Amino acid sequence: MDTHALESPALRHHFDTAEQQKDASTLGMWIFLVTEIMFFGGLFAGYTVYRQLYPNVFAAASNELDILLGGVNTAVLIFSSFTMVLAVWSAQTGSRKGLMVNLVLTMLLGLVFLVIKGFEWHHKWVMHEIPGASFHWEGPNPGQAQLFFSLYFAMTGLHALHMVVGIGILSLLLYMAWRGRFSRDYYTPVDTAGLYWHFVDIIWIFLFPLLYLIGRHHHG
Amino acid sequence: MITATVEQKHYLNAEYGLKSWLLTTDHKRIGLLYLGTITFFFLLGGIFATLIRLELLTPPGDLTNSETYNKFFTLHGVIMVFFFLIPSIPATLGNFLIPMMVGARDLAFPKLNLLSWYLLLAGGLLSMWAMFAGGVDTGWTFYTPYSTTYSNTYVIATALGAFIAGFSSILTGLNFIVTIHRMRAPGLTWFRLPLFVWSHYAAALIMVLGTPVLAVTLVLVALERAFRIGIFDPALGGDPVLFQHLFWFYSHPAVYIMVLPGMGVISELVSTFSRRRVFGYGFVAFSSVAIAVYGFLVWGHHMFVSSQSVYASLVFSFLSFFVAIPSAIKVFNWTATLYKGSISYETPMLYAFGFIGLFTMGGLTGLFVATLGVDVHVHDTYFVVAHFHYIMVGGTLMAYLGGLHFWWPKMTGRMYPEGWAKLSALVIFLGFNLTFFPQFLLGYLGMPRRYHAYPDEFQVLHVLSTAGASVLAVGYLIPLVYLVWSLRYGKRATANPFGATGLEWKTSSPPPTYNFDVTPAVTHEAYDYRALAEEETEGVRVG
Repeated sequence: MDTHALESPALRHHFDTAEQQKDASTLGMWIFLVTEIMFFGGLFAGYTVYRQLYPNVFAAASNELDILLGGVNTAVLIFSSFTMVLAVWSAQTGSRKGLMVNLVLTMLLGLVFLVIKGFEWHHKWVMHEIPGASFHWEGPNPGQAQLFFSLYFAMTGLHALHMVVGIGILSLLLYMAWRGRFSRDYYTPVDTAGLYWHFVDIIWIFLFPLLYLIGRHHHG
Repeated sequence: MITATVEQKHYLNAEYGLKSWLLTTDHKRIGLLYLGTITFFFLLGGIFATLIRLELLTPPGDLTNSETYNKFFTLHGVIMVFFFLIPSIPATLGNFLIPMMVGARDLAFPKLNLLSWYLLLAGGLLSMWAMFAGGVDTGWTFYTPYSTTYSNTYVIATALGAFIAGFSSILTGLNFIVTIHRMRAPGLTWFRLPLFVWSHYAAALIMVLGTPVLAVTLVLVALERAFRIGIFDPALGGDPVLFQHLFWFYSHPAVYIMVLPGMGVISELVSTFSRRRVFGYGFVAFSSVAIAVYGFLVWGHHMFVSSQSVYASLVFSFLSFFVAIPSAIKVFNWTATLYKGSISYETPMLYAFGFIGLFTMGGLTGLFVATLGVDVHVHDTYFVVAHFHYIMVGGTLMAYLGGLHFWWPKMTGRMYPEGWAKLSALVIFLGFNLTFFPQFLLGYLGMPRRYHAYPDEFQVLHVLSTAGASVLAVGYLIPLVYLVWSLRYGKRATANPFGATGLEWKTSSPPPTYNFDVTPAVTHEAYDYRALAEEETEGVRVG
């Protein structure tokens, strides 16, 4: 037998060492996150253009968002990043129980975020602030206000989609952890999923001030 | 008798059956899956090109009405750009060769690689469904507000097809970058890599950085069309020109996704068939990266007449001239490589010569359209059509065919028939020029693109172009026949039939499943023909 077979069973045939495999996976995830930045970047560019064109209407529309719910959600997500770090740390130190507990906590926090987000969206529905035929806006320039809400729904919707995918990935990890697939020597999937989870959080860290906070001082 | 039938195990005969292909994670088999897929799309796109040229044979719109003609050129563009040119060289040759050139057993993420192929297939099938359901007439550019508000055709389905194919491209690019960073064989430093690998690295950067922007833009087009969210609708405060900015932010660099891998192929061919190290290796390597970087800064040159500010246009014009520098560096260095080389004229080299000439013409006419005043005159005319066909067909497709012939023995274990191959290379070169050179003249005289009828005085040039397209079609069909023929009747290929230096030639043809019996160690620079000769004489002495 060659030395390859003596390495960890998680080592795929085309890598020479476990270290090379981990390096490749980590780099792959970072590049994927770069593509995600470019993906959201198109929306951020659109937001920048229209906010610069229509600052007053954007400020007024921004005041329609619930800053309390948005703020709570920000705290929830930041806390979920903390539990995600603990999950990675548990994997590194070989604590299967710690890993599973923290994965479950992270997923629950993600669900809390989505539920709160759902209430916010529902409120917009009730208020006729969903872009489309039923859109209704009291103030001047309803078209421009609708643009704000189009961007709001596109950006938070895409973000929420990423949260759903993230929770899916974490449940897969939970299953793998339960089956005892991870060890001190092999926890790359937990590590890369952590990168993804933090990335989704960071997107929100940009969305929250841009959508909720930036028009506040125009209030009244 | 028994000894005669014992055949060496390689990636093609390691397993048999449909499942062994559809579920394969071997980069070489996936490369062949791509080869089949994009050949199909090339023929499909070619059918629409034929219909376009037939309609333009006579001045009045007599073959079809204008609506149907709009669908013809849209489907030709969508299929050729998103389902043939973008995947062409990277997904077939790149997929097959990059792991071998870096001395690895596979790409870094083999399953992801298979997923990329399925994504391209799914995107292609969705777009084809849209085509049969009623087609699409927006042009491959999906310009708003026509695509979002006015078109009555299958815009969303087609855009979704391109969106899905985009993820195929993203994952391929990601796979290449990680592989080139992390999987190189011992001793294979960055500056010992074949230039093919450098140019694919540069193209992969664009795939990874540009394609997501197209993806989100197409999502916005679909949302706008489905829900009238207003983002590109001036009636609701939106800006259709924003679409053009987002679209060209990807679609201009996408030209370099198409042509950079082709340049990589040409570097290999020019070196191999003149038996010289590529002149100015470092410059050629870095010019690929420079093209990828500058490529992201010139998108506004598509929008000189779309109400973009004059100052922005000035900057975009200047930067577009700037891209010519790294492109010219490549052309000059290939030419310098030939100087005092032992040049031989096998088929791949004929394609390489074709590429250098046609790419130079495409590039120089690019300078015409990058010039603000000239562009106002030739914008949206056949001059632009001819310009980008010189780059995409004269450049990318010539390189693709040259590369396909060059590595065909490696991929299939069989030689192509040299006589027929040379003939078809010549037919393609002549047919290409006859098709597209008259279009420069037509455009300069004022023939607009995307019109199905035209004044009588343009007919002579249009007839020449259509005649050229017929010659070109014959030129493409000949290789299709003899390459398939060679799979069974071609002469068996040796490991290194062209005396080339890359690692891919150090293993048998076709290669074993894991490419190399022993991971190779690299001790010399790329294109070191003296080292190759020494190794061969040593091999004779030992063996």
